[in-house]
Amino acid sequence: MKMAAKTTVLNLTEEEFVHPGNRACSGCGLSILYRIGLKALGRDCIFVVPPSCLTVMQGLFPIAATQMPVLNGTFASTAAIATGVKAAMRRLGRPTQVVAWAGDGGTSDIGIQALSGALERGEDIIYICYDNEAYMNTGVQRSGTTPQGSLTTTTPFSGKSEVGKNLPAIIAAHNPAYLATCSASYPLDFHDKLLKAKQIKGLKYLHVQTPCPPGWGIEEHMTVALGRAAVETGLFDLYEIEDGRMQLTGQSLQQLGNTGLRPVREYLEMQVRFKAFSDEQVAALQAQVDQRWSGYRDRFK
Amino acid sequence: MSKAIIESGNVAAAMAVQLARAEVIAAYPITPQTPVTEKLSELITAGRMDAEYVAVESEHSAMAVCIGAASAGVRAFTATSSNGLLYMSEQLHWAAGARLPIVMCVVNRGIGAPWSVWNDHQDAISQRDAGWIQIFAKDHQEIVDMTLKAFRLAELVHIPVMVNYDGYYLSHTYMPFEPPDAERVDAFLPAYQYKHALSPEHPESLNTVTLPDARLDVQGVKRGGYMDLRHNLHEEMGMAIEVWEEIDRDFQTHFGRGGAPVTDPYRCDDAEVVIVAMGSMANQFRVVVDRLRQDDGIRAGVLALQMYRPFPGAMLARALQSAKHVMVYEKGLSYGSQGALYGDIKSALYPYPSRPQLHNFIVGLGGREIPTESLYQTTKTSCAPDRILPPAQSDVPQWIGLQL
Repeated sequence: MKMAAKTTVLNLTEEEFVHPGNRACSGCGLSILYRIGLKALGRDCIFVVPPSCLTVMQGLFPIAATQMPVLNGTFASTAAIATGVKAAMRRLGRPTQVVAWAGDGGTSDIGIQALSGALERGEDIIYICYDNEAYMNTGVQRSGTTPQGSLTTTTPFSGKSEVGKNLPAIIAAHNPAYLATCSASYPLDFHDKLLKAKQIKGLKYLHVQTPCPPGWGIEEHMTVALGRAAVETGLFDLYEIEDGRMQLTGQSLQQLGNTGLRPVREYLEMQVRFKAFSDEQVAALQAQVDQRWSGYRDRFK
Repeated sequence: MSKAIIESGNVAAAMAVQLARAEVIAAYPITPQTPVTEKLSELITAGRMDAEYVAVESEHSAMAVCIGAASAGVRAFTATSSNGLLYMSEQLHWAAGARLPIVMCVVNRGIGAPWSVWNDHQDAISQRDAGWIQIFAKDHQEIVDMTLKAFRLAELVHIPVMVNYDGYYLSHTYMPFEPPDAERVDAFLPAYQYKHALSPEHPESLNTVTLPDARLDVQGVKRGGYMDLRHNLHEEMGMAIEVWEEIDRDFQTHFGRGGAPVTDPYRCDDAEVVIVAMGSMANQFRVVVDRLRQDDGIRAGVLALQMYRPFPGAMLARALQSAKHVMVYEKGLSYGSQGALYGDIKSALYPYPSRPQLHNFIVGLGGREIPTESLYQTTKTSCAPDRILPPAQSDVPQWIGLQL
């Protein structure tokens, strides 16, 4: 499916779906995504949210920061709850989009079984994983997607020793109707991928890298710069998979012709969480990125 | 008038769910529940039932699907047993706290470890504090009738209902029962309407984080905190006993069956010895009672407890006060304490001046055979006039049929 004309700040809808003021930390990447993402999704949506920063951001009873209908559910069952809501919508003859929106812990760890089931069944839902690369809502504990070397409260001193899960690849192995990676630093790219996802039947999975100032150890004003650095260094790639075919998108596609991407060291040094990274680890990571991008150049040129 | 048919207990449950017009069925296979969902998927695939069947990857997700569907205003059903029930335990508490009128059949089975596929009540007993209404059927007709009534109860009080029936004893045996007429069921059980149903037209954020204290909403109206919501669940669960009785009366006018929705007494009017049991074992005791009366001149009766949660304590206390002996036979216990039902009954009797001698028997765990003869012998021996045990011995459970 072709992407429609790109949304820009000039033609982005002015309608807001979130009330002013919420409980997100200042500089929260998720709050950018939520505000812009809802503009793409529109009013005819129901959200399913497990415990996460989003639970808190959407408001505490009896006050809501969101204007959308939301079903909060248990940690492990987001995709299954969304399945139930969608089944109800079919029974009621309503075209309402059902959007599951969970964090990386809720998706890659505790929620992966329910998500795998929903993928296998081809449930007609949108699943958004905002990946801030640790359990941020409980105070920065390691998750399945926490990158190697990252300091968290459960990987102190020397950082996480294991490599993080490549969650989009796990999802891709289920052959979903649509898969896209996005970044909180490119919210309009996220917006347009959601517009596209809305047109597709089946399970649409969007994996969104989401910088987290307190969790990553960055200044609040650096959120967007960080997410961009992740993409520009080739550490986090923007792409889509449709009908099993992968295609780089946005900034990642644009920089395909550049033989010299920004060095990963620039990205790592912007954050406190990688303070324990050794020079050898940096070099190894750079070699991995170089190899992956060399592969992209062969594959997509 | 409908005609009686002969079918298994699991098929009886599936027929009730079909008649109730449940619209979303989500289930995961587990013995001995599996034939319920097999039958439902067959009915749906054959076009004889208009519903969505979601073959989930776990019981946890089965209840999640029901939670999603019920929150969106659609009637949902699942069934499980044993470890499956325990695997969805978190979701049970969630469904109750969210006040969703989900109905679930639990085909009672022992819990591992070690593995057992056979019957006892430990699965249901272990979930007694989840905030679900728990009812126990003792024959195939009750499986059908109680399941239909359960949908109406759940939707009236906004509390989920667990319809329990014994694995194999009821689930896999074939007995005659009368499936209610579909048109009459429609008149008895109106379509599900949920005023907080998820809807973009009336957006609500359900089950949000709720603080310890009450808070003002944006209109300045005070809204209770977590504890207040939980208090309401408890209070309204207590009120469900009366609602269940009303539903049963209405069921009687439609179908001519019922009359003992909470407790079902057999020869209890003049009984000095009252046996209390749940599920099919209560029916087994009718033979014991008849024999005790006929052969031994013991005025015995059996009180089947049909509703375990909410616990009808006052009703039981009234029914049991005038007995000399109350014998609680149960297929589950609170380990390290005593039978859960026994503890509840003792507690219910405590405020009253007249307290019968209480006896607690644990039977049939993991499908251990329950010979009627041994029920007869234990009951007879325990109420013998010369057998007065000191409290330290009388207040502990006696295990029947051990093969140590």
